[in-house]
Amino acid sequence: MTSLSPTVPVSVPETGQGGGSAPPRFGGDDGGGGDGYPDYGRRLRRARLGLAVALAPILMFFVSLVSAYIVRQGLPTFDDKTNTYVREWIPVELPLALLLVNTGLLAASSLSAELARRQITRQAALAPVRSIPGVSLGNEAGFPWLWVTVLLGGGFLVGQWLAWQQMADRGFYLATSASSSFMYLLTAAHGVHLAGGVVVLLYAAVVSLFHTPIEARRIVVDVTAWYWHFMFLLWIGIFGLLWLMR
Amino acid sequence: MATSASVHAHAAPQGFIRKYIFSLDHKVIGLQYYFLALIAVFVGMFLSLLMRIHLIWPTAVLPLVGEIKPETYLSLLTMHGTIMVFFVLTTAPQSGFGNYFLPIQIGAPDMAFPVLNMLSFWTTFVAFVVLVSAFFVSGGAPLHGWTGYAPLSALTNSGPGEQLGADLWIASIAIFCIASLMGALNFITTTLDLRAKGMTMMRMPLTCWAWFITAILGLLAFGVLLSAGILLLLDRNLGTSFYVPLVVVNGQVMAHRGGSPLLWQHLFWFFGHPEVYIAILPGMGVASQILSTFSRKPIFGYKAMVYAIMAIGILGFVVWGHHMFMSGMSPYSAFAFSIMTMMIGVPSAIKTFNWLGTIHNGRVRFQTPMLFGIGFVSLFVSGGLSGPFLAQPVLDIPLHDTYFVVGHFHLIMGVAAIFGIFAGTYYWFPKMFGRMMSESLGRVHCLITLIGTYAIFMPMHYLGMAGQTRRYSQFTEVQYMTHLIPLQTFMTYAAFITIAAQFIFLFNLFWSMFKGPKASDNPWEATTLEWTTATPPPHDNFGGRTPVVYHGPYEYSVPGAAKDYVMQTDPAGVTTH
Repeated sequence: MTSLSPTVPVSVPETGQGGGSAPPRFGGDDGGGGDGYPDYGRRLRRARLGLAVALAPILMFFVSLVSAYIVRQGLPTFDDKTNTYVREWIPVELPLALLLVNTGLLAASSLSAELARRQITRQAALAPVRSIPGVSLGNEAGFPWLWVTVLLGGGFLVGQWLAWQQMADRGFYLATSASSSFMYLLTAAHGVHLAGGVVVLLYAAVVSLFHTPIEARRIVVDVTAWYWHFMFLLWIGIFGLLWLMR
Repeated sequence: MATSASVHAHAAPQGFIRKYIFSLDHKVIGLQYYFLALIAVFVGMFLSLLMRIHLIWPTAVLPLVGEIKPETYLSLLTMHGTIMVFFVLTTAPQSGFGNYFLPIQIGAPDMAFPVLNMLSFWTTFVAFVVLVSAFFVSGGAPLHGWTGYAPLSALTNSGPGEQLGADLWIASIAIFCIASLMGALNFITTTLDLRAKGMTMMRMPLTCWAWFITAILGLLAFGVLLSAGILLLLDRNLGTSFYVPLVVVNGQVMAHRGGSPLLWQHLFWFFGHPEVYIAILPGMGVASQILSTFSRKPIFGYKAMVYAIMAIGILGFVVWGHHMFMSGMSPYSAFAFSIMTMMIGVPSAIKTFNWLGTIHNGRVRFQTPMLFGIGFVSLFVSGGLSGPFLAQPVLDIPLHDTYFVVGHFHLIMGVAAIFGIFAGTYYWFPKMFGRMMSESLGRVHCLITLIGTYAIFMPMHYLGMAGQTRRYSQFTEVQYMTHLIPLQTFMTYAAFITIAAQFIFLFNLFWSMFKGPKASDNPWEATTLEWTTATPPPHDNFGGRTPVVYHGPYEYSVPGAAKDYVMQTDPAGVTTH
């Protein structure tokens, strides 16, 4: 009776989805599991899909605020002194110069986030080479784009805080008028979302000081960079609304 | 498509806390959701019982709540609606069963993001605790109904429950929104990315389709409710005027100017109407699954069923205005919303037709899950038929805010969805707990609950047509309604009996968990993937195997096949699709 020797499946390392890198077969910590090595290309794709899905409710959240803005702007106010309906939408005096500076900061941070994303993609691609004993890739750290992004993002948030102060100095508080309510609300909601991105990038930057596997960090940085671009576009939309639809 | 190893990055946990409390296993999380909903449904049911008793005996002093004042009645009503809609109808069928069975039915070892999954459960739990805590703060629970209409909900001095209680209510809803968004994110990513080899979208069981579309509805709807809630909190606490116009409360002119209560209604119902489908779609999925399995026939018109779910989902987003016909909206908008609403009748009728087509000429096995599945269809039809009445502005005007509406939505969205949950429980119990539930107790439970709910909610339609308004805490002294007292009394007794029958279910559930006869891996001879694995399923669902799918989900009585059912993973047999 003849028997065939059992075939051993040889799996070829799969190509990563976005960065063109081949994820390493053995990639360190998988979160305390042990039932297999993580497949980073697949995890990256899943994380990106998750992000794309997550952007939908964020967009819906802001769309509903913007539609409330438009509706509220068109509504007349009942004036109890004259017993008539009057238009009481007071256009906010935006601290335009400061907001333009903030926009510039955010644009720069979006750029640096993209550079950080490409940098870590490259590093992840070279990781298998680096793991070969005796092979050195020279200066591996490169320019700290991640930290630059965190700083610029933090700068934007500080700038927004200063913009609020200028608004308050001009007499526009949260409850002064519906227009100022929306100004504070939209900028604050955007700021909270951006702050979430800053925290994640800060996490990625800090853990890079320790020896975490670069692929895991790459997923975090990659997804956050896309999120960051979305936040930049969202800010352009909000800024345009507040400025052009005063 | 993923392998077991790449997804299931966490091994089976050992300690009690990691295993049962902060578990990352979708099955444990599914059960956590289920039991949270079970607690919530009994709380909500207790509140409804208090309301029913109070309606008939308005001066009675009741246990735990004492004498029911008008504001107490409104609190009961608000909390009953909120608990039932959010923590039962949204939680059990979607998050509970969906979490447990979506990954198994598509052949995945877990959800796409297990940590996020755990977070979404515990966030839901916090939301529930925050909501229930509203009972115990100064002023009590809010009065504004589950729809939270402004300006009542937007003013802190509009009633006793509108102080801290209303803030807690809004906070709870906001937390629930975030939890639901995390859950929906997980469901969608899992469905798109983790299907086993061969599990094409059009081979997914209709349960998975329902969970998937429901998740998309939740994803788009809950963000809107969240923003609406934030605006409401700002109006209440920071003096903004999004929803509050110039208003005088107790002779005092409030500082608000120019807000629009209708803005709240638009934002709320933009969420609120899809929410109705979030509650009912998973039940439709379960009913489809069960009717096919127990009729030993393929589901009639699988593709039509899928497209009908999609159509219901899409149309669900463009009909919110039908809740606002009485708000003074333009007749042209009302006309558009009315037409859109009646269009939902088309996919709903397709589904009903297909369910009947599935049973027709089948070799029907009348076991408990099937009885509840049929009950679901019955309630869906009964509740659905009053929909076209309310969809027409000219009929809605006299019926709005009457018991007719209460009867309508309780039948179609409340009890029908509950029947979906019951059907799912009896159907999947053997897989979840490895034992069978008592068949005779299940039948008794089904019979009493079906007759009981009809006895409670059918008369409401007549009450509404007779002009009895909803939300009124006392009607017995109102002359034009006194002749309705006997009918209301009948409904209260029916509620007693129906609620009592739920303890049969509770007993059956827990008794069978420990004492029921052992279940085989596939006691219903069903075809989908959850029945291919062990009972209860191992930590990674398939014990290291990666299932490969060869068949559609409902291949029963296939001509030429050896058995009357072909498992989805069966490589032999007639290949279809």
